[in-house]
Amino acid sequence: MNRDYSLNDNRLETRLEDAKPLYSESEAKIEANRCLYCFDAPCIKACPTGIDIPAFIRKIASGNIRGSAKTIFRSNILGASTARVCPVEELCSGACVYNDLDHKPIQIGRLQRFAVHQALALEREHGRPLFTVAPPVHKKVALIGAGPASLSCGAYLALEGVATILYEKSDLPGGLNVTGIAPYKFMAEDALNEVNWLKKYGLDIRTGVEIGDELTVSDLLKENDAVFLGIGLGQDTFPGIPGEDLEHVFGATALIRRIKEDPGFELPDDLHKVVIVGGGNTAIDIARELALLGVPEVDIVYRRTEAVMPGYRHELNHAREEGVRLLEKQTPVRIEKAADGTLDLFTEHTDTKESTVHHADWIVMAIGQKKFAADIVPGLDVDEKGRVVVDETTRRTSVPNLYAGGDCINGGKEVVNAVADGREAAYAMIKSWGLQPVNTAEKPGSNSHG
Amino acid sequence: MADLATNFNGIQSPNPFWLASGPPTNCGEQVMRAFDAGWGGAVWKTLGVPVVNVSSRLAAVDYSGNKMSGLNNIELITDRPLEANFKEIYAVKKRYPNHAVIVSLMMESKAEWKEIIQRAEDAGADGLELNFGCPHGMCERGMGSSVGQEPKVLELITSWVMEYATTPVLVKLTPNTGDILVPGLAAVEGGADGISLINTIKSVIGVDLNTLVPLPNVGGQSTNGGYCGPAVKPIALYMLSALAREPKINIPISGIGGIATWQDAAEFLALGATSIQVCTAVMHYGYRIVEDLIDGLSNYLDDQGMKSVTELIGRAARNIKDWGDLDLNYGVVPKIDAETCIGCQLCYIACLDGGHQCIHTRQNPCQAFHGESDHGANPRLEPAPPVMHKPDGKVHENVPFIDENECVGCNLCSLVCPVPGCITMVEIPHTRGKESWNERVAKGLG
Repeated sequence: MNRDYSLNDNRLETRLEDAKPLYSESEAKIEANRCLYCFDAPCIKACPTGIDIPAFIRKIASGNIRGSAKTIFRSNILGASTARVCPVEELCSGACVYNDLDHKPIQIGRLQRFAVHQALALEREHGRPLFTVAPPVHKKVALIGAGPASLSCGAYLALEGVATILYEKSDLPGGLNVTGIAPYKFMAEDALNEVNWLKKYGLDIRTGVEIGDELTVSDLLKENDAVFLGIGLGQDTFPGIPGEDLEHVFGATALIRRIKEDPGFELPDDLHKVVIVGGGNTAIDIARELALLGVPEVDIVYRRTEAVMPGYRHELNHAREEGVRLLEKQTPVRIEKAADGTLDLFTEHTDTKESTVHHADWIVMAIGQKKFAADIVPGLDVDEKGRVVVDETTRRTSVPNLYAGGDCINGGKEVVNAVADGREAAYAMIKSWGLQPVNTAEKPGSNSHG
Repeated sequence: MADLATNFNGIQSPNPFWLASGPPTNCGEQVMRAFDAGWGGAVWKTLGVPVVNVSSRLAAVDYSGNKMSGLNNIELITDRPLEANFKEIYAVKKRYPNHAVIVSLMMESKAEWKEIIQRAEDAGADGLELNFGCPHGMCERGMGSSVGQEPKVLELITSWVMEYATTPVLVKLTPNTGDILVPGLAAVEGGADGISLINTIKSVIGVDLNTLVPLPNVGGQSTNGGYCGPAVKPIALYMLSALAREPKINIPISGIGGIATWQDAAEFLALGATSIQVCTAVMHYGYRIVEDLIDGLSNYLDDQGMKSVTELIGRAARNIKDWGDLDLNYGVVPKIDAETCIGCQLCYIACLDGGHQCIHTRQNPCQAFHGESDHGANPRLEPAPPVMHKPDGKVHENVPFIDENECVGCNLCSLVCPVPGCITMVEIPHTRGKESWNERVAKGLG
């Protein structure tokens, strides 16, 4: 249908090591056999996509790898990437009952990676697809964006026999899975391989197509039975302080994207110190990536305290092990160019109002990203933060036949939340047409049919 | 430290731990290394007319990632010349006069038995073990378990041996029989000085699902073998206890079957074994395991205040009764410790699907039995609608609770609970006194 996507090998991200390598078969079996096979297990409830985790782990233990992967994919079609990028410490593994027994929780992400990896290898080896695509149901859905939310929604629709087209403004599909995941978790080429796999089940992706004058959402709504909005977030936002437009002041996601996919992008040899502004996971990600790439000094400057910062504690702990410092209660005031050509970030202490100067070669802004859904869909209900308002169960928006999911509805959560949105929107569409899904799990934990 | 010295009807050994007849006692240098490691005795790999063995010979059952919870073999008796074996037995006894060397034997005719007994005893054997148990290969030639399954033949051959033997004779029994008392009593009738059991259980251990050849694979084919290892221990314990409880079995018993730890050994001793024989665990981990067998058993005996291992022998056998003599009025119910419960719901689902529907969950609609407690007296014709229990307020919603009236006290929940000490079975006090089924029948209650 269309070409497989690939990347140049000369990318900065490839120099970072996989933090949680693929299990060997014996490692996976030992870990799978540790699982207690809880009934009504807390890990399932902690998973936004509601994968029947004990069931897929038991199938690893029994040697039923195809069955294991299918259990995963029915609830989470992006099982390959979420196995790697999910903050399992905060989700499934964090809920494992072993935590209460003071045992190491089951390494669910690594087991999921193993099952999916092995099953896809078997699929390639035997040429026998894991899923049987349902016969055509004569419905058409357009999906805007080709990030995790649209990939999930589109893949489930395709598996249910719906004609799907994904419109992606970038040259590569995958969204944040390709451009934004910390490389020690997941490399861009693996994300593209996942997309290439989904394409085999009928996903039609059109890259380099931007919604605008040529192609509007109302055009798509007219030509299709439904439209799914999975546009994520826009460019990095800046705090609006003097000097933020100086050279060597970056937006965090833009910089991460260069590390991940820009061939030949290198950090300058004399890059000695970088200051990151922000307190979320993007701030911690870019800090860790720079530290691991060899930047000697990386500071995170945050306007509030560690106790309330949105970034995950386990990530901050890793960052500290890698030499990153967190400076609390520092509000950025202005940036000036120093005499030696470096930058000075002036901050004010939140309580004492004391002023501090942070000398840095680079300053990276990780305080959020723009929301632009309302700009491309006239009349769309968004909340006070610019997030698309949707029905909790169906992901329907205020515009008829328009569904939405992923970062554009939640303001920036995990890939797994986007996958859940995509699946539930697909499920709701199928049901709204009076059809019964055959390859899509109904709701978290439901794997009863098939 | 408790005295572990063992006297098995005249066979002396420094401790009760003997190697069972099998690959670990195949040759002299092995047995010497075993004695150096601490084994008290060894039953030599069965001698007879040397055979030709096949390849491969072994296959195992792994369970939940644990290797070799059960082992199956199709190896026969010794395939080495008798002369070599006897030279080695002589050398072993010369170097280790205080260790027990029992020679396992298997022959057909009376004349053959006479000759091999003479040679074994000339080589210095402290005792003889008659292999009437091997359930594969040899039984098809009229030996091994085919003898053990025919009490008259067993008794006859035993009596032949007793004519010639000057050292104590053990008869090794096969578990592949309907009632273990029958061959056990036949051994006593034949004049045996002791019994050893169990030999391996006739088995097909599995199938290679890629080739569809059962295991072990011998050139694309297989045959039934003998099953042993930790998985067979309960079968061995039953047969041991059945013999130990029978007053007419008045000779010592050497316990065999899945013994891998000192706890296993202590259980065999408590159910009536005078010595312990180990094979599979040594095949898995080597002779070195005897160090913990000895150390662990000594510590246990010390903790129990027993000065000698003989004090333990048979102590638990007296607590095995016929089912009809058990007290029907005794009852236990589980108590779940909310503090340590981790909320896995395994007790709930086990009781719901595999028990008596009396453990309830609060975290989701509960499918346990919600009617008036009747222990199933009234027909239950369809699944009842689930009930959403209200939060208790005191304990976390993930802690299940028990309907003690409906509970039958089966233990299942406490068996599946992964948290040590979380579910305990507590005795229900009552004032009804004891009453057994046999007593009810005697009273005409039925």
